[in-house]
Amino acid sequence: MPELEYLFFLGCVIPYRVPSYEISARKICERLGIGLVEMPEFNCCGLPLDPINHEMMLALAARNLCLAEQQGLQIMTICNGCAGTLRKVNKNLKEDRGLRERVNGYLKEIGMEFKGTTEVKHFIQVLVEDIGFEKVKEIVQKPFNKLKVAQHYGCHLLRPSKEVEFDDPEDPKVLKALIEVTGAKCLDYMDETQCCGATISGINSEIPLQLTREKLNHIKEAGAQALITICPSCHLMYDVNQPRIERRFGEKFDFPVLHYPQLLALAAGISPEELAFNEHKVDVSGKMVLFC
Amino acid sequence: MVEKREASTEVVTPIRLDPSFRHEIMAVHGGETLKACFQCGTCTSTCPIARFSAYYRPRQIMQMTQLGMRSRVLSSETLWLCAACFTCTDRCPQGVEVASVLRVLRNLAVKEGFSPAAYKGLASNVLGTGYAYEITKPRLRKREELGLPPLPNANLKDVAKLAGVTGFSKVIGT
Repeated sequence: MPELEYLFFLGCVIPYRVPSYEISARKICERLGIGLVEMPEFNCCGLPLDPINHEMMLALAARNLCLAEQQGLQIMTICNGCAGTLRKVNKNLKEDRGLRERVNGYLKEIGMEFKGTTEVKHFIQVLVEDIGFEKVKEIVQKPFNKLKVAQHYGCHLLRPSKEVEFDDPEDPKVLKALIEVTGAKCLDYMDETQCCGATISGINSEIPLQLTREKLNHIKEAGAQALITICPSCHLMYDVNQPRIERRFGEKFDFPVLHYPQLLALAAGISPEELAFNEHKVDVSGKMVLFC
Repeated sequence: MVEKREASTEVVTPIRLDPSFRHEIMAVHGGETLKACFQCGTCTSTCPIARFSAYYRPRQIMQMTQLGMRSRVLSSETLWLCAACFTCTDRCPQGVEVASVLRVLRNLAVKEGFSPAAYKGLASNVLGTGYAYEITKPRLRKREELGLPPLPNANLKDVAKLAGVTGFSKVIGT
């Protein structure tokens, strides 16, 4: 049995459209000896429904937390939205008795009760807090020596900072440090923490395209050769939507977007064929700098 | 959705104000901090969406809510442009949880019948599958081909019960 074991919370966006993220994260967990237990009968974390009905969001999130409590395991997720929501709700339910009683009233209907015995962590949080930089570094066999990349953190792992409580939202450093473990250089660029806009795509498709286009331009100007993300929705915006951005603005980007575990896996000597790059919209295989 | 200008051109028409509106919002969890807003505009100047929208201004929504412009706020299409990035909430010098106040306003707008089609789709996906997005059969087959473990079936009975007891079913009209 592995030393560290988590209940793996997939969420909706990853099984819906981003298998490459899941595949590469599982490979890294295997390499680092992180045991993943599949989560039975989970449901949407609740975040997408928060604008419609906050109570339903709380109930859905709390049900997922109860499933983890029943298994006696902590939750690990690779989605920022799920991580932010489950962390926030877990914290608030633990600290606010009135809220806990109200939500437990809902959970009673399905024979569950929130007890406050689990924790929720994003994948990179597991890497930095439970595994540690040194151990992550140990799996790097082929460090990059010429690669310059930019990070895009995504919002929900950083904000609202009072509730999510991870890294510095104005100048986040954890992902940057994890990137540099691979030997790649992580460059600063303008408006680094700016949102990708994914959440309003269903309401207004134009503004997110403008936001992502602007970010891609800032990243290119800084001299980065790839963008590293840790959120499936951000990946959809920068990778899957990139051809749309190109058509809409008549600009050519052809800019590779990698999930952090893909970058780490390449540095760990895992074959690119095993990392599902063919699932990306923007061709990664031709970008030689990533493979030497 | 194409953005439309919402301001009325009939400047002489007096606006009906509802002085109880702000209290209604502040009574809901997440809406309490509305009272602390002193209109500095940090939220708007820091908002990624406002940079690219001609009409979405979180500060304006805060003030309209404080003033009691109930129907204008709740029926406004711009209310749905917040991306919930929480930059405004983190940076507000008064500690106003702007994004949460907007969420309270949206929840109320939905209760009063203003819910955008995109959200109706998300709601029916969650009730029908347990997931917010429709994960099609070819997607599930693909998981197998890629060597990923099968996706568990969600417990739809539980989801339906929670939808009932939280009032979710009622607000989305199922």
